Amino acid sequence: MMENAFLLEMNNVSKQFPGVKALDNVTLKVQAGTVHALMGENGAGKSTLMKCLFGIYEPDSGEIVLDGKKVEIHKSRDALNNGISMIHQELHPVPQRSVMENLWLGRFPMKGLGPLCFIDEKKMYQDTERLFQELEIDLKPTTKVASLSVSKVQTMEIAKAVSYNAKIIVMDEPTSSLTGNEVEQLFKIIRDLKKRGVAIIYISHKMEEILEISDEVTIMRDGKVVGNWPAVELTTDMIISKMVGRDLTQRFPERNNVPREVVFRVENLTSPYPKSFKNITFELKKGEILGIGGLVGSQRTEIIEALFGLRSMAEGKFFINGQEIRIKSPIDAKKQKIALLTEERRVTGIFPSLSVLENTAMAKLARYENKLFLLDEKKRREDVQGSIEKLRVKTPSIKTLMKNLSGGNQQKVLFARWLLTEPEILLLDEPTRGIDVGAKYEIYTIIAGLAKQGKSIIMISSEMPELLGMSDRVMVMCEGRLTGIINGKGATEEEIMRLATQRISKQGGLVNGI
Amino acid sequence: MEFEAKKIQSRVENKRIQEFFSQNAIYIVLAVLIATIAAYDPRFISVTTIRDILLQSSTRAIIALGAAFVLITAGVDLSTGRVVGLTAVLSASMLQVADYSRRFYPHLPQLPLWVPIVLAILAGLAVGIVNGFIISKFSVPPFIATLGTMVIVYGVNSIYFDLPPNDSQPIGGLRPDFTNLGSGAIGDGPWSIPYIVIIAIIISFIVWVIFNKTRLGKNMYAIGGNVKAAIVSGINVGRNLLVIYAIAGALYGLGGVLEAARTGGATNNYGNMYELDAIAACVVGGVSTYGGIGTVPGVIAGVLIFGVINYGLTFIGVNPYWQLIIKGLIIVVAVAFDIRKYLDKK
Repeated sequence: MMENAFLLEMNNVSKQFPGVKALDNVTLKVQAGTVHALMGENGAGKSTLMKCLFGIYEPDSGEIVLDGKKVEIHKSRDALNNGISMIHQELHPVPQRSVMENLWLGRFPMKGLGPLCFIDEKKMYQDTERLFQELEIDLKPTTKVASLSVSKVQTMEIAKAVSYNAKIIVMDEPTSSLTGNEVEQLFKIIRDLKKRGVAIIYISHKMEEILEISDEVTIMRDGKVVGNWPAVELTTDMIISKMVGRDLTQRFPERNNVPREVVFRVENLTSPYPKSFKNITFELKKGEILGIGGLVGSQRTEIIEALFGLRSMAEGKFFINGQEIRIKSPIDAKKQKIALLTEERRVTGIFPSLSVLENTAMAKLARYENKLFLLDEKKRREDVQGSIEKLRVKTPSIKTLMKNLSGGNQQKVLFARWLLTEPEILLLDEPTRGIDVGAKYEIYTIIAGLAKQGKSIIMISSEMPELLGMSDRVMVMCEGRLTGIINGKGATEEEIMRLATQRISKQGGLVNGI
Repeated sequence: MEFEAKKIQSRVENKRIQEFFSQNAIYIVLAVLIATIAAYDPRFISVTTIRDILLQSSTRAIIALGAAFVLITAGVDLSTGRVVGLTAVLSASMLQVADYSRRFYPHLPQLPLWVPIVLAILAGLAVGIVNGFIISKFSVPPFIATLGTMVIVYGVNSIYFDLPPNDSQPIGGLRPDFTNLGSGAIGDGPWSIPYIVIIAIIISFIVWVIFNKTRLGKNMYAIGGNVKAAIVSGINVGRNLLVIYAIAGALYGLGGVLEAARTGGATNNYGNMYELDAIAACVVGGVSTYGGIGTVPGVIAGVLIFGVINYGLTFIGVNPYWQLIIKGLIIVVAVAFDIRKYLDKK
């Protein structure tokens, strides 16, 4: 008999939820010392499969074989004991405690005997330091986690996974909030882990990354495995077409909007906080899509939140059609026909416990109110029904709870919510973040359609192809300063990257000053 | 293979039954409760019993609906009981018969019935506005803000209650037109409908309309469901909270007036701990203390569960201390069942 070459085998795993077959006979085989990418649209079953591996869900049928031995995993602890670690997409550290306490939480080194048993702080510190040295991580064990950036927290989580002597580490969208440099750092750690024989299951939507880091790719669609291939045999287009089950000839729809006269002007926008945005001046034209590029920390979100009245500002003037206006709160912004789709859809966008109907109508209820303060239910339903059909939201009914929709459909509902307010200016913060490829295209189509109707759009995006593919002009930010505005057509990723990093490379002054 | 399919089939069916139970947990608890008590003593199922339970639950329902407003916004109101006490004393002090020997206001002329009632409700409304103002203007957590007003209102009420010539004596000798509001009925005998029940039904309907048919109601669910998203949607969260706490205060006020009318008297300790009863009825009735979730029928069912327990257990002669234990268990068990609706399905 042949020796078992796989470190992990998940054989014929099925999982049924009421009404949905989330996993249908899925088989995943991973070799030691490799990076195995798991790809698929949202809802394809990647997360469900990983949750089965990690004991969060119990599969209806199928088996998990580790190193040739069948194992039973009923809870997370079983997974950890079997050398399986998972770095979740959303990290849950204990923010008010130190790095080392977070690292060893639940298994602090102890000293002393019986009832006189205390945490061995010194050993904990040394163990942490040794671990960080080994992984070449630049972190102090005693730093409070609340003061760390997202990427540092993630680095800490990886160290934690390693500290469990994990043989298999699952990384769910590890780079979704990392900057270019930080991604490189992560890849360095991943390559290092590979050398130690650790297998990495890597979930991501970012094709370029997948092709760079992974050895093998398994693609899922609708709860089934489409197939698996060595990464070198794949291209981005091949992956996309396998994921969506059709050929996507274009990642972006054709745009035929025509930017016209200036409708919105921002002058000298400056935050009261020195580390935030300063001296931002730009114009937005009618029917234009203005992209904002920059790295994480470049204060892009802060700017558009200030435009929407969610953040205070020390200085700055807004003009709409040449008239100066004041925006002190989202209520003011709404009156000026400005809409905002926030970056953190789940935190600041959706009402998870309310229906699609309520979620859609929420920003424009006043329109349906009669003199007796009662809402015109019929009109409200018609409008909501109409707009979610127009945006092609996939939902069983408008009564369905928002939390049961996929990310892409939630985003479309948020579009519908703001379109009901008939905005002239739309502020979109990472509008396709965490949305699968098929739905992304639909979101792009919506954005392009709005611009064509003469709406003006400001769109923050951290995905270069999206920024270049969708914007008429791209405004690039670096550390709170505007470093340049370039035409979308003919612009290159390198050009944007140069503008986005110029302050970082040349501390203390701008190269191409404004 | 066929066996496999059957297994999955039966699993799906089990899920469906589970789903039914978790969706209707409160109503099932209510039915089981009634059936159990009736099994001990079949006489429990009678028109008189039902009438008595409704009578006793009416003020509770009005007060609990006030609390529900606040709970759905993910807030909490601890001032409930003390506002009930304040408005009971206020209304009773102005509605005593002319020839009563210990009148609160010895020389007060006979006021139209509605004047003291409206004044008392306005007092409740005022406390609610203060609550809402502290919470929305100064961002004091509702628990703390209403803890403060709870104590203050009790203090104010006690000073009022202690005014000479009353000197902290229980207020009695209430006018028959007032007490009739609490104990009178349309019709005669067991089939008569008490006014207080009619008032509770009307209030429930109005609250239902507010919850489901008005902007205020939608905003209330939105604020409780995700306050950050509500702010981004351009909802004036502060103003909505102010109105919601004010309405809640007014409902406690009405509840206090009706308590005085029903019992024919009032002291400054009326309504003590009613906030806990109201919150218990709400959570048993499916209102989420995390906010954003809750219905009027649910709250009414919650109130009725406690009404049935109070009346039913006394009816079959259960020791009142045991009743407390049973009530506590019901709260925990009902919520443990109900919360399953919202937990991530495994």
